[in-house]
Amino acid sequence: MGAIGRFLKNIMTNRAMLLMVLPGAIWFLFFSYLPMFGTIIAFKEYRFSRDGFLASIFNSEWVGFDNFKFLFSTNDAYIITRNTVLYNFVFIILGLVLSVALAIILSEIVNKRLAKVYQTGMFLPYFLSWVIVGYFVFSFLSFDKGMMNQILGWFGAEPVQWYSEAKYWPVILTLVSLWKGIGYSSVVYLAAIMGIDKSLYEAAMIDGANKWQQIKAITIPMLKPLMTILTLLAIGKIFYADFGLFYQVPRDSGTLYSVTNVIDTYVYRGLKTTGEIGMTTAAGLYQSVVGFILVMTSNYIVRKYDKDNALF
Amino acid sequence: MAKSNAKSQDFHQLSKGWNIGANLIAGIFAFLCVFPFLFVLIISFTDEKSLATNGYQIIPEKWSLEAYRYVFQTGDTLLRSYGVTIFVTVVGTIISLCVIALYAYAVSRKSFRYRNFFSFFAFFTMLFNGGLVPTYIVATQVLHLKDSIWALIWPLAVNAFYIMILRTFYSTSVPDAILESGKIDGASEFKIFYKLVLPLSLPGLATIGLFSTLGYWNDWFNALLYIDNPDLVPLQSMLMRIETSMQFILQNSQNSSLSMSALQSLPQDTSRMAMVVLATGPIVLAYPFFQRYFIQGLTIGAVKE
Repeated sequence: MGAIGRFLKNIMTNRAMLLMVLPGAIWFLFFSYLPMFGTIIAFKEYRFSRDGFLASIFNSEWVGFDNFKFLFSTNDAYIITRNTVLYNFVFIILGLVLSVALAIILSEIVNKRLAKVYQTGMFLPYFLSWVIVGYFVFSFLSFDKGMMNQILGWFGAEPVQWYSEAKYWPVILTLVSLWKGIGYSSVVYLAAIMGIDKSLYEAAMIDGANKWQQIKAITIPMLKPLMTILTLLAIGKIFYADFGLFYQVPRDSGTLYSVTNVIDTYVYRGLKTTGEIGMTTAAGLYQSVVGFILVMTSNYIVRKYDKDNALF
Repeated sequence: MAKSNAKSQDFHQLSKGWNIGANLIAGIFAFLCVFPFLFVLIISFTDEKSLATNGYQIIPEKWSLEAYRYVFQTGDTLLRSYGVTIFVTVVGTIISLCVIALYAYAVSRKSFRYRNFFSFFAFFTMLFNGGLVPTYIVATQVLHLKDSIWALIWPLAVNAFYIMILRTFYSTSVPDAILESGKIDGASEFKIFYKLVLPLSLPGLATIGLFSTLGYWNDWFNALLYIDNPDLVPLQSMLMRIETSMQFILQNSQNSSLSMSALQSLPQDTSRMAMVVLATGPIVLAYPFFQRYFIQGLTIGAVKE
């Protein structure tokens, strides 16, 4: 019996399991692997062909790295990279500090019922779509009816055209992102705090440690592995921006692009409005490749630090 | 005995002042998280005229149910969008659960010869992807999803992360001995899965199912990419479209009577906010009861095997 025979026999003995993975495997093939293959468009001058996807790819002419050269010769590449990385960096740092602080505060509140009520409230934004959040933000920032301009009016200040003044948006986007994300991440940290062995605190109390010392000497060190891992994983994704935040919340306002355009919105607009398929694919591939390198690197660091918590 | 117990508890607790401080911080933040929804709710019950003169107010001069009356009377689009969203959410969640549950179960079984290959096959998609443009081209040219209801279902159906969560769940909550006993009784693999594994993994499936439900209900991105047909627009996307067409009219044709009438055909401020309330309402009412499943999923996800 040859290798092929053995292979067929393996297929037969595993057929039930293979049938179970089949639907999912087909999905991955079409929605993940075929697009990965499609990234060669980035090295071509894409021409749509009526004979379908593969014909379109093969009939398009090779242009080497021209699309990338063109992308990086514009100022856009710099702006979208800067915006994506800087925003994510700020979100990661502030998100970490605030959600750990909130988790500790929640865990210390004496009335557990109330703590649960607060937690439920904080969790709400996680369940809302960016479209809805966009409406919420508009109710505050609308020029003629919004609450912010009313408040400015009480102090005799001039109303602000929020949706066309770029300088306010780094702060607005940061606040909105934190508002939506902190409840969710503090819940994860709170679960970890609940898992800390209570006898550690009892021992500390017998030694006369006060609450603050207990938090510094027990809670935070016990949370450190989780903090490290979640942060490194977030750094691995620093090249990916939250499309909804940067597209819905500023209402796709053109005058704000200098501070709201990120790689994901750039790629979307390239695909849907300007239609520069080759260069847009190149921008997407640039994001995927750098993202891949970052995930691998951060995972390598996690592995070194704590093997059990590495992604792979 | 009881007395000393109470005393040690007191010692463990925050002092009164700090406890008030902690309650204030957590309470204020929790309030800020809920407030925008309440604000939009109030706006939706505001009288359109008092809104035009005073702007959005926490305590409006005059209340009104007019917005909801308008939405329900002219509610064809809203009703249709509700239908699309409910259909997509129900069908999508069922498909998604079936595919993910089977895949995750197979790769969790040690006896499956190709489990490592298929684990990696799923997992690699979390590390690298083809990006938006090739995905869009495949979906429109190979799968012909443009302007099809399936464009709202298939792209969200499978997710490697959920497979990983569920695989971890199976391997921790379904003991091998049970699978072995099923085998000895001569049950087929599918029967073992259906009769023995599924009942044991219901909490895990509930978690994935709820994640999936939320994902479908809140999705607007796939509609933005693939749907032009107004009959297939889901709720979130409809809210987005009203906004965009409104801005378009405002920006492009000032003080022409044509644009004024076009603007008037769109729902007014209060009615739009009423639609936001109606689109979010089900989630806001339901999530307090389901949040523990989400927390469970998040913690399994963060602390994997």
